[in-house]
Amino acid sequence: MTRTVGVDDPQDVPVGGGSRLSGLTATLLRSRTELAILLGMVVVLALMPAVVSGQLLTIAVRVLLFGLLGVAWNVMGGFAGQFSFGHAAFFGLGAYTTGVLLVEVGLSPWIGMAVGAVVAAIYGALEGWLSFRYKLQGAYFALATFAFAEMLRLFVLRSDALNGAVGYRVPLLPESSWWMLQFPPDSPNYYFVMLGLLTLALVVVILLVRSTPGLFILAIRENEPAAEAAGVSATKYKVTAVALSAAMTAVGGSFYLMFFFFIDPEIAFGPRLSVEILLPAIIGGVGTIWGPAIGAVLLIGLGELSTMLVRNPPAFLSFLDGRSGVDLLIFALLLIGIILFLPRGVYGTFANRVQR
Amino acid sequence: MTQTATAARRPPAQMLRTAGIAVAVIAVIVWRLTTLVVTPTVIVQAVLTGLMAGAVYGLVAMGLTLIFGVLEIVNFAHGALLTLGMYLGFLLVDRLGLNPYATLIVVVPALFLVGAALQAGVLNRAMGQPLENQLLLTFGVAILIENGLLLTFGATPRTVGVTFGAPLRVFGAVASFPRIIAFVAALILAALLYWALQRTKLGTAIRAVGQNAQGASLVGIDARRIYVLTFAVGASTVGAAAVLVLPFLQTEPTTGAAFTIIAFIVVVLGGLGNVTGALVGGLAIGLIQQLGGVLLPGQDSLMAVFVVFLLTLFLRPEGIFGGRAT
Amino acid sequence: MSLLQIEGLTKSFAGLVALHDVSFEVEPGAIVGLIGPNGAGKTTLFNVIAGTFPPTDGRVIFDGTDVTGWRPHRVARAGLGRTFQLMRPFPALSVRSNVVVAALQRHGSQTAAERAADAILDRLGLLDRGAQPAGTLPTAGRKRLEVARALALAPRLLLLDEVMAGLLPAERQPVIDMLREVRDQGTALLLVEHVMAAVMALSDRVLVLHHGELLAGGTPEEVTSNPAVIDAYLGEEMLIADT
Repeated sequence: MTRTVGVDDPQDVPVGGGSRLSGLTATLLRSRTELAILLGMVVVLALMPAVVSGQLLTIAVRVLLFGLLGVAWNVMGGFAGQFSFGHAAFFGLGAYTTGVLLVEVGLSPWIGMAVGAVVAAIYGALEGWLSFRYKLQGAYFALATFAFAEMLRLFVLRSDALNGAVGYRVPLLPESSWWMLQFPPDSPNYYFVMLGLLTLALVVVILLVRSTPGLFILAIRENEPAAEAAGVSATKYKVTAVALSAAMTAVGGSFYLMFFFFIDPEIAFGPRLSVEILLPAIIGGVGTIWGPAIGAVLLIGLGELSTMLVRNPPAFLSFLDGRSGVDLLIFALLLIGIILFLPRGVYGTFANRVQR
Repeated sequence: MTQTATAARRPPAQMLRTAGIAVAVIAVIVWRLTTLVVTPTVIVQAVLTGLMAGAVYGLVAMGLTLIFGVLEIVNFAHGALLTLGMYLGFLLVDRLGLNPYATLIVVVPALFLVGAALQAGVLNRAMGQPLENQLLLTFGVAILIENGLLLTFGATPRTVGVTFGAPLRVFGAVASFPRIIAFVAALILAALLYWALQRTKLGTAIRAVGQNAQGASLVGIDARRIYVLTFAVGASTVGAAAVLVLPFLQTEPTTGAAFTIIAFIVVVLGGLGNVTGALVGGLAIGLIQQLGGVLLPGQDSLMAVFVVFLLTLFLRPEGIFGGRAT
Repeated sequence: MSLLQIEGLTKSFAGLVALHDVSFEVEPGAIVGLIGPNGAGKTTLFNVIAGTFPPTDGRVIFDGTDVTGWRPHRVARAGLGRTFQLMRPFPALSVRSNVVVAALQRHGSQTAAERAADAILDRLGLLDRGAQPAGTLPTAGRKRLEVARALALAPRLLLLDEVMAGLLPAERQPVIDMLREVRDQGTALLLVEHVMAAVMALSDRVLVLHHGELLAGGTPEEVTSNPAVIDAYLGEEMLIADT
């Protein structure tokens, strides 16, 4: 039933009706600028393996991975405004699901990735629904997300079926295979897969922001009671955002397993990972489209720099030689610096927040 | 902190559900007790260890709830300050041959100064910012301290050698002297802190600012000075706890991290800003941790703690004793 | 049949009775004013009607449907709009997007919603600020935006919570005119107001709330000369401004 007050619009489509395809097309059109930028960047990045290889290529893969994780976290933390301190839960669910399905059932990691995403989405929806239902906000909400992640970690730690503290290993196949997502260690294919996943994630985000559900999610972030008074079901859309964020994070977890061949409860579900997942967005710019990716570049870049410093320190920093903890120290200083001086992130300070 | 007081609006259906969950939990506990081969000694040991650990949790949490309650800062560096205190104590024992407990005289004031510097120099700037930023800021400080210690001392765990003779036997359970001392001292220090908050001028000022910073400044209290002092007091509380655990915990850069999260759980359980609640909550969490380990042998002892934590967040966010609603 | 029927509405918060046995009706296309001293329970009444929290007892019947205890978004979609006493824009979103959020409840596509939103913004004189972030609007602009957003729901009834508050006397008349126009277009209004001049000018009927109970009801003249009403306001500032 349509009712308009003082506005004649015979073309009005009834609420709930209207073709989804035309809606999607419209959203695509609105997003054409960002999509074009993305296309340009992808083209440039796709050329990278021609110039870079070996250790540097591995670093590039890690940058792309944390770009994906940052983008995923940003959906929940930035666009929906629900600060999560326990995103490792979703990463680990993706990784372990993929691992179990691969090792126990022999299923392709691509299927594992999809199933992992669904599992994580369900866990995220549950976590989100409970927290929203009981009106958790701010630090309480963040602590709850932390608890949900820790519980998974502790459960897996004590689970013999999942190898407990020993961890899960992916067996090496004799030959490389796209279906089983395994290539020789110096193959650029891992890079391309990760680039593809990150691109997909960014497309989803770009479209989301310009779509109707995206507008609702942003409105809820801006002012939840007002959004409700405007007819938007806050719970439904917040849970959706969490589930989407969880699914995307899980995909990252699945890839991690296939690239590094090993996970354990600490790596997959630990607090350190949860922090590493949220850092790119914080450093780059929470609530922006490009912020998390930029943050990932800075983060990993600085990490590598510090590793080099430790291996071959210049004369005046010789006390650093061979010591551990330097990279995290630099992260910490970066984080503190950002919060104090550029709280909207390196990119976010200069860019406008998503314009709707 | 925007946690609206929902205690007021609890229709009968919700009370029923809460009661139902409580009954279910008790039923599980009773079932486990009957099916597990659990001797009274095991229970007594769990209770004893739980109380002793809990007292220390309580002491740490008291500092945190003070900071949380008065400054509204989510201090994720709390555990790292504990580690700092432990290393300081270790240094004093190692290099100067002091008795571990004697280091209290140095560590507590030292942490007081560190806390004051931290608040005045770094955290002060983030006071008005959203909670998430403060959380991240203090988290950054935590990583800084942890890795600074890692860099300086390396990852090898250090221990402080203490000779006390045979442990005490209580009803068939075992309690080592350092833990007993920690228990008693924690309770004494907690009482001291409580007394100081209630009876001294500074304590009253702190409580006033915690209730209403604007109102307090209207009666001549310098809120900013109180913020610095409150954080300092919170940090020195942690310093005291560090000395107490030094004799029986290994000192490594990550030792304090576990305390941070437990302290937060205790603070939520006891009620935000509620200092007595923090102590009681600490004892409760200590008990839950040990008893949980007994009743759920397949799971990590912290699992029970997290379950209780989530239940508290959902069903009684204001804590057992009811802390500040906002 | 009345558009809005409030029957025996009671709301208590842990012992504090904010509303007690409140009953009244609002006819389609009427403008009803709701006045009362501070703390009388006016905003609580709005919150109960709009679904922010459920009543302890009583019923809210809107357009023949029992909407008691419905969540706010369902109530809004059913055609009952509201504005907030403390204005609640979506600060980082553009003025236009603020209205589009609500318009999307009535239009299937974003394009259609944007057209409808622009039309409403035009009527309220905000069209030229459409691309601006809502957070940069001055008070008067924000008020209009609140109303615009509520109007985009094509509501049959609009709850206005102190829409005149914070406006300079010179800014009030345009708003009064605008509200009259809204009623003429078919939307009934229930307004909580302290600015008596506005209440007198707009309302067909006035209800008086005091300590959570309906003290009196009638035409504006009847109510403001009612001794019990005057008594209730003693100690309160009664703004009987001429303009």
